[in-house]
Amino acid sequence: MLDNAEGYVTEDGRKIGGVVMEMKNITLRFGGVVAIKDISFDIREGEIRAIIGPNGAGKSSMLNVISGFYIPQEGEVWFHGSKRPQMRPYEVARQGIARTFQNIALFEGMSVLDNVMTGRLNYMKTNIFQQALWRGKAEAEEVENREAVEKIIDFLEIQHIRKTPVSRLPYGLKKRVELARALAAEPKLLLLDEPMAGMNVEEKEDMSRFVLDVNDEFGTTIALIEHDMGVVMDLSDRVVVMDYGRKIGDGTPDEVRNNQEVIDAYLGVSHD
Amino acid sequence: MAQTQSGAEGMQSLPALLDRNATQFGDAPAYREKEFGIWQCRTWADTADQVRAIALGFLEIGVEKGDHIAVIGRNRPAHYWSMVAAQMVGAVPVPLYQDSVAEEMAFVMEHCGAKYVVCGDQEQVDKVIEIQENLHQVKHILYTDKRGMRKYDHSQMNALSDIMAEGNTGHARLGAELDKRIADITYDDTCVMLYTSGTTGKPKGVVLSNRNVIESARNSAEFDHLTRNEDILSYLPMAWVGDFIFSVGQAYWCGFCVNCPESADTMMTDLREIGPTYFFAPPRVFETQLTNVMIRMEDASKLKQRMFHYFMGHAKKVGGQILDGASVSLGDRLKYALGNMLVYGPLKDTLGYGRFRVGYTAGEAIGPEIFDFYRSLGINLKQLYGQTEATVFITVQPDGEVRADTVGVPAPEVELKIDDTGEIHYRSPGVFVEYFKNPESTASTKDAEGWVATGDAGFIEEDSGHLRIIDRAKDVGKMADGSMFAPKFVENKLKFYPDILEVVLFGNGKDRCVAFINIDLTAVGNWAERNNIAYGSYQELTSHPRVLETICSHVEEVNKSIATDDMLSGCQVHRFVVLHKELDADDGEVTQTRKVRRGFVEEKYHDIIAALYDGSTNISTTTEVTYEDGRKGSISATLEIVDAPIITAAQHKVAAE
Repeated sequence: MLDNAEGYVTEDGRKIGGVVMEMKNITLRFGGVVAIKDISFDIREGEIRAIIGPNGAGKSSMLNVISGFYIPQEGEVWFHGSKRPQMRPYEVARQGIARTFQNIALFEGMSVLDNVMTGRLNYMKTNIFQQALWRGKAEAEEVENREAVEKIIDFLEIQHIRKTPVSRLPYGLKKRVELARALAAEPKLLLLDEPMAGMNVEEKEDMSRFVLDVNDEFGTTIALIEHDMGVVMDLSDRVVVMDYGRKIGDGTPDEVRNNQEVIDAYLGVSHD
Repeated sequence: MAQTQSGAEGMQSLPALLDRNATQFGDAPAYREKEFGIWQCRTWADTADQVRAIALGFLEIGVEKGDHIAVIGRNRPAHYWSMVAAQMVGAVPVPLYQDSVAEEMAFVMEHCGAKYVVCGDQEQVDKVIEIQENLHQVKHILYTDKRGMRKYDHSQMNALSDIMAEGNTGHARLGAELDKRIADITYDDTCVMLYTSGTTGKPKGVVLSNRNVIESARNSAEFDHLTRNEDILSYLPMAWVGDFIFSVGQAYWCGFCVNCPESADTMMTDLREIGPTYFFAPPRVFETQLTNVMIRMEDASKLKQRMFHYFMGHAKKVGGQILDGASVSLGDRLKYALGNMLVYGPLKDTLGYGRFRVGYTAGEAIGPEIFDFYRSLGINLKQLYGQTEATVFITVQPDGEVRADTVGVPAPEVELKIDDTGEIHYRSPGVFVEYFKNPESTASTKDAEGWVATGDAGFIEEDSGHLRIIDRAKDVGKMADGSMFAPKFVENKLKFYPDILEVVLFGNGKDRCVAFINIDLTAVGNWAERNNIAYGSYQELTSHPRVLETICSHVEEVNKSIATDDMLSGCQVHRFVVLHKELDADDGEVTQTRKVRRGFVEEKYHDIIAALYDGSTNISTTTEVTYEDGRKGSISATLEIVDAPIITAAQHKVAAE
């Protein structure tokens, strides 16, 4: 069914569109170390796409290639049907790609609200002087963006910590604030780097529900890296499996689960 | 006050009152809800339109006269509107507790036979769908929050806003029928049906008529001189009769504004922002707030601490008297005014009571110190005694006659009598019509002359005419030696310590009393932090030797105070355990309104009770717990049993001499 250029329909009846992003023969090297070796896969509109693999498989490097932070030595990144030139991360953000980080990267001293507001940067047109004067356009712009942010705060159910400094929040909530900030950019493609790492079962369940709701409510395409196999298999529509920088599997969770090479990579196999 | 109720005479239903409010003061705020960080305001005129749209929508989906419409959700304007809209089309609204698990809800849904359900969000919809698998009675589910609902089968489901739009579109076709149904409503038609949470047995559906609700609202509003300028915060469960009377009955009668918090977690912030003029809260809310104030004062600067303690000392002396209008010397008044400027005023603002004109606490006994603390600040907090069956009001405390140990005089138009066994009976216009589909219970509660048995034991103080409650009549028992056993009396004394959240006393028919104690995690956790006591979990904290020591000293003090009471000196706590888990409504140990289900607790923890009586020093036990999503797990613990010092009457006399 994946050959269909028009997309496909998932088991739960969601319609997945055409290809949004395509990675073509990506190879990434750090000096002599090959982090990613000749990998190709695509991400389709509206799907939840997972990248999994054991430690050091190159998942985070892959995400950094997608977000434009790393420039691969070989291969091409195609976005919305055209080859993406070398870009700086902020230019990638303007194209509608937002991300969260494995180790939380929020402004600790600022309130939740202010942190999420920073996600609206690309929607602010007034300059620093206009904002300092706080007249007319700058004020209207802030009100408009605050509205958008409040909708996200409501969506992620973090109203009660709106004015709380991030440094005072527990880990699980910080992760949620990071997601809020990424969503504030109204991305077309959302990259989540281990969104459930270090969470307890309840926090994982909450986060899973938010990921599904974001996809469902805003139609956001999501690419995520995750360690927790259970979560990945439940959440995602298609999974790419990496091991030692190579792609060893690609398909629906069921296909991947029954792939012998994937099983070997996860459970280990004797090399004799 | 005249301006609020002009034209209200002869109003015989909530839709009629709504119409009056929209006509007479359509521009006044009727509802505010904090959404997206801003208080969104709806006027009475706007409210009338919204309610009518919902009612038209109800007609569109085929609601018949006499149908029951369940409403399950948190306090939101749309849910209140749905209840009034249900009345408009001749249906009966049945608000349900939103935190009940599906099985609990199933009983009520089946009992009232609700064909239509208004749900707050996906969580409630899921429960209804689960119930529907066995029940097959629900014809249509409506929901207010669209989040996550896209994928559901919508053949029998709609967003409330969608049927409102459909209703408005079909206005020309449905309007005449709706007007006819509104005109048909009589004073004795059912206004609402509320399920009592019931400390024993299955919940009972209390049917309240328009007469019950409107007359109770009128009497109580006149008693406290409520006007249409009041602001209230609606945060208590919608299924509870109090919320229905305050947020619907009195709000429609007086025409005041109902403010709905953003979410349960933001209630305290919202309280501060709104600053209600008329407020209702169970003692627990006041206790929590006071605990927080005291904890924060500990961290305040030395100057602030000294100022706080100095002026609170003065307030304790004269604050209550000034509030009661008693004569106080000019010097004391000036000092109080200064204190008001420096301490009381700012403190009231922080608590959200800056505009507090009148407020009530009920449901449980409130600690005298807590009660006096608020009154000494100039906050007119009073107590009332009520029941669902009475449409809330049985007795209330009039201004100037407020005391911590009584519940006041009979409310307007309420007659009171105490029977031979000490049980309180009452008769009033608010007396409920019947228990739905339960004539036996109706007959055993309400006699032919309209007197209702409360199930509470109490007496009327001769000199003041105030009612004092002793305990639930059925909980009052006898000890083995024939002396009186009144568990509530002892439990309340213990619960007044901030460290103690809940107490269950056992001893009926035994030679001595033993107790279960729940510690208050906020207070004890804070104490642990300040004393450098490390703990990993609630369970670990409960078994810490120093915690047990503190609790034991509380028990000892209470025993001393009980020993002075001739009637109840046998109720001293001989041995107790600090339970390893909080008593929880999800486990059925307390009701949704947090009243202890004694019988159930006794049965569930019979092993611990046995150990309390057989003299062992500890007990290992495994307890089943239910998580919020309905799954079950279990926790095991070894509980230490503590022997408390007992004060014998003789000893007491010696000490007194």
